[in-house]
Amino acid sequence: MWKWFHQLASPPHFYRISAILAPWLAVPGLILIAYAAWQGLFVVPMDYQQGDAFRIIYVHVPSAYLSMMAYMIMATSGAIGLIWRIKLSHAVAAAAAPIGAGFTFLALCTGSIWGKPMWGTWWEWGDPRMMSELILLFLYFGYMALRSSIDDTTKADKASAVLALVGIVNVVIVHFSVEWWSSLHQGQTVFKKGTMDADMRIPLLIMLLGFTLLFGAMLLRRIRTEVLFRERRTKWVREMILSPEGGA
Amino acid sequence: MSEAPREIPGILAGLVATAKRDLLLAWKRPGDVLNPLFFFAMVCTLFPLAVGPSAEQLEFSGPGVLWVAALLATLLSLNSLFITDFEDGSLDQLLVSPQPLPILVLGKTLAHWLTSGLPLVFVSPILAITYRMPLSVVGVMMLTLALGTISLSLLGSIGAALTVGLHRGTALLSLLILPLAMPIMILGANAVSLAASNDIYSTGIWALGAYAIASLSLAPYATAAALRISNE
Repeated sequence: MWKWFHQLASPPHFYRISAILAPWLAVPGLILIAYAAWQGLFVVPMDYQQGDAFRIIYVHVPSAYLSMMAYMIMATSGAIGLIWRIKLSHAVAAAAAPIGAGFTFLALCTGSIWGKPMWGTWWEWGDPRMMSELILLFLYFGYMALRSSIDDTTKADKASAVLALVGIVNVVIVHFSVEWWSSLHQGQTVFKKGTMDADMRIPLLIMLLGFTLLFGAMLLRRIRTEVLFRERRTKWVREMILSPEGGA
Repeated sequence: MSEAPREIPGILAGLVATAKRDLLLAWKRPGDVLNPLFFFAMVCTLFPLAVGPSAEQLEFSGPGVLWVAALLATLLSLNSLFITDFEDGSLDQLLVSPQPLPILVLGKTLAHWLTSGLPLVFVSPILAITYRMPLSVVGVMMLTLALGTISLSLLGSIGAALTVGLHRGTALLSLLILPLAMPIMILGANAVSLAASNDIYSTGIWALGAYAIASLSLAPYATAAALRISNE
């Protein structure tokens, strides 16, 4: 187990294994997403309150969940890199940030599109979840800005890992403070969801699984390019590129 | 030679010495202390000019405006927390010192709070009165500002340590710290608003106090780690 783990942490091994692994995540992920999208758009009955508008849930909830998951991955792998000095885990953190920011943006956009017919407004400053999601997006921006303004890669890795860790403590505080704040001007926008029917829930769960698999594939893809870039002066990269296959 | 161990100063001595040195430096360069205060007053002047001078509007927006201005003024002063030490090499002396770095950093942050946060607390009543804030609310505002600026100085020191020695430091520092500082502003401004509308505001004060204690115990370690990273 440990031997396998150590091997995975070595860049050439990771590069080889991830090439095999990525399609196994991407293809099932896309199939699941396609199936759940078809179910969600055409098969699932209309919501008795929200009509067809609720169907955006099948994109909104998975992206919101991945926006937080990507931050967790970014911060944990940053911490692993700081503590055990595994170079690969810094590459994971660097690769996860733009994807996480993308999903956060997607969650905000779909939420806003959903909000227009439901709450009658594109943006509601008083909603705690919207606010914490927006602050999460700013945290991603800060993280990426810090990373890109430090030229030395090792230094950038460590500094941004510290920032991600400080951020993760703060995400919790942001959540509670925003919750407390919005409970003051409570009112018009709170919409209560009853328990979801199984017909609606099962496609959502399939969608979540599909998004997660696709996210895994995207992450692997980005880590691979990141690893390749970081190891560009090493022997194994040169040998791989000069070999007849030209590298996968 | 047997006397040698006694001559190593204690932890508190290191803290006091760093804080004293920074306070003395601030005394010699009063502009560094005064500029953020002028900035604070000017931002508070901008809002009535932009939004309109009607009394009820000022009363309503006063707590928020003062808090935003205080946040921005603190950010402005944070940039110089480590940069002069970095330029003249005294930061390296801190890093190689046998004293624990988090304690020295705490001394510097303490001096920063005494020269930036505390003056803000004492200037804010003048501006609050121009915003027609009742005197009972002014007291609450000073308390929230005092607690909040402690956390802002400590949180900001992490950002200042991460960006020390970078060319685009100023803009980057704001980008890093503003999202992290939002909860402090939310808690502070809303506690004052609640006090202004005769509501129960103690939740905000307790939360700010908890935040200050948490950052007091955790932030110096993060700042010390960040300083070591940026000066490798």
